[in-house]
Amino acid sequence: MKLLSSRRSRGADMTVRVTADVFDSGAELSRFEAKQSTAVGAVVSFLGRVRDDQDLADITLEHYQAMAERELTKIVAEASTRWDLADVLVIHRYGCLKPGAPIVFVATAAQHRQAAFDAANFLMDYLKTRAPFWKKETRADRTTWVDAKTSDDDAANKWSS
Amino acid sequence: MITLLYFAWVREKIGLGEETLSVPAHVKNVGDLIAFLIARGDGYADALGDSDRLRIAVNQDHVDFNYPVSDGDEIAIFPPVTGG
Repeated sequence: MKLLSSRRSRGADMTVRVTADVFDSGAELSRFEAKQSTAVGAVVSFLGRVRDDQDLADITLEHYQAMAERELTKIVAEASTRWDLADVLVIHRYGCLKPGAPIVFVATAAQHRQAAFDAANFLMDYLKTRAPFWKKETRADRTTWVDAKTSDDDAANKWSS
Repeated sequence: MITLLYFAWVREKIGLGEETLSVPAHVKNVGDLIAFLIARGDGYADALGDSDRLRIAVNQDHVDFNYPVSDGDEIAIFPPVTGG
């Protein structure tokens, strides 16, 4: 078990946080919005939660600590080269999470909505296929590692063209 | 010496999360390393036998099987990621 519950790196225009702690997506979005300049005309956010299907008890998110924050930071940097972004926030949790719990939060700020929407979409697509996290699902009678989806690969690949 | 890290079901099948070992001179790249590890048998062969299901990071960057292996590297072997 990792002793550090939260690690943070902050550039001028991005925050990446890998944490075991629960976060309040409403409060995160409010803080994110409050620190934007009046030149920012668009803020987009996405919240990913643990989805309950087939009597899921909980999931355990394993992560590669030394790489997770580094990879997320690289993905944010890539988004920043593709779109004119004022700010980005990415939070990703690890550890044991119950159905309904928040897993991942992405917020983007830009002058115009298209950049904010597209960058948030890109960040999630790349994060799903590149950030070193693995989900293990626990049900009453079994524990299984989640298989990667080819649809996630397809979603990430669509940004390559 | 190289440091090997295993995650998710790769870690479970091999039975440990981390080890340090010296590899023979013929291990030049990631593909050679995987073959060398498979030859150790048991859990390694089970975990690493299907290369389509493996992803590799060297010093915390994603790489492919042609990537060179150097002394002092941290090499992580894991399934396709499933976060988000």
